[in-house]
Amino acid sequence: MPGGVIAVVDYGMGNLRSVAKALEHVADGKPVVVTADPAVVAAAERVVVPGQGAMPDCMRELNERGLRQAVIAAAANKPFLGICIGQQMLFEHSEEGDVPGLGILPGEVKRFPAGKMCLPDGQKLKVPHMGWNEVRQTKAHPLWQGIADGARFYFVHSYYVAPGDAACIASTTEYGIPFTSACARDNIFAVQCHPEKSAQAGLQLLSNFIHWNP
Amino acid sequence: MLAKRIIPCLDVTAGRVVKGTNFVDLRDAGDPVEIARRYDAQGADEVTFLDITASSDQRDIILHIVEACAEQVFIPLTVGGGVRAIADVRRLLNAGADKVSMNTAAVQNPDLVAEASAKVGNQCIVVAIDAKQSAPGRWEVFTHGGRKGTGMCAIEWAQKVQQLGAGEILLTSMDRDGTKAGFDLALTRAVADAVDIPVIASGGVGNLDHLADGVTIGHADAVLAASIFHFGEYTVRQAKERMRERGIEVRL
Repeated sequence: MPGGVIAVVDYGMGNLRSVAKALEHVADGKPVVVTADPAVVAAAERVVVPGQGAMPDCMRELNERGLRQAVIAAAANKPFLGICIGQQMLFEHSEEGDVPGLGILPGEVKRFPAGKMCLPDGQKLKVPHMGWNEVRQTKAHPLWQGIADGARFYFVHSYYVAPGDAACIASTTEYGIPFTSACARDNIFAVQCHPEKSAQAGLQLLSNFIHWNP
Repeated sequence: MLAKRIIPCLDVTAGRVVKGTNFVDLRDAGDPVEIARRYDAQGADEVTFLDITASSDQRDIILHIVEACAEQVFIPLTVGGGVRAIADVRRLLNAGADKVSMNTAAVQNPDLVAEASAKVGNQCIVVAIDAKQSAPGRWEVFTHGGRKGTGMCAIEWAQKVQQLGAGEILLTSMDRDGTKAGFDLALTRAVADAVDIPVIASGGVGNLDHLADGVTIGHADAVLAASIFHFGEYTVRQAKERMRERGIEVRL
């Protein structure tokens, strides 16, 4: 593979086309490849792990396709972006299906309490949390560059991460409760929202990732 | 706080956006990708394509449109119309749709909702409900583009599809669709309050206050409209400004 490749890890969970197209849109000609090949992931300059669907299915597919070690290795040594389930899987455990994650970051993945809570407008909390919500940056980070604090990103999820180490929280978002909407540690950045579907703010974040040298 | 969403809807047939009243007198309103881009630029929160292509040999055209859209429009895209099997759901998602909406097929085969939700995740599965008032406080579910009654209560059906695994409900009032008289707010509120998943109100929008009413009175999580945006009466941005004036949280 040529240098400078941005690998989007394909473990069979959902459409990766949107993620790849959004990255290409801001990649300045750097090659973006959607790949299920651990060797391509290992050789890539930077790695994106998207994901949608259910956490147990995602973990099973990642394991069965032999991509688990490649993802762990990428998270250890190169610019790494986790999106949605790609963020959740970095943690130790998920309430969804009661499955272990990769355990790269301390903490667990929890479900929003549907129907049990009310929003400030008096209406009940709907789950999935679906739509555009405000991302409050809790620490400075190169991936927030050019993105206003409180900018809205597109979310669609029923589970959220609860990090065991507050130092890795990069942003919070309110949905009935405040939850962690982005995490960062060393070469890892991970978001619950979908930057590939978040218009200008999302494209800016992806562009920042492509230019990030942690 | 989560913003209420404004979703322009495009009726697409054989690769073109059309708009008519009750499926007759269709007027050509342009190229779907170009129009989706325009709505994105105006600040639309999502775009919905409803494929109303009648002939099956032209069905694949929508896939090419979805592919082209996914390359240029970086907001969520929902596609509905003619979805009958899990393979249809997969094809649309693989082409670049974020959510797939099903209507008649869900009524005929509720297991499809459960199967699709289990396979691709409930966040991708929208069940569209076309409802018509049958008595005060009671609405009947219709299928086949509103031509066939089912005898089912819309509120009960909404609860049932949530249980089956739908991630969202697109609720259209057949009584109001095309009238520009505003949403059926009683229907919208009855369904929105009966389920724990988001509800999109549809059918009847004639002005910007109708959109706001859908949220404040109808309790909708999102509002969908077609004609008021297509022919330049209002921009999405104007709609959001009005909603904000009415105290509704929007993305501006």
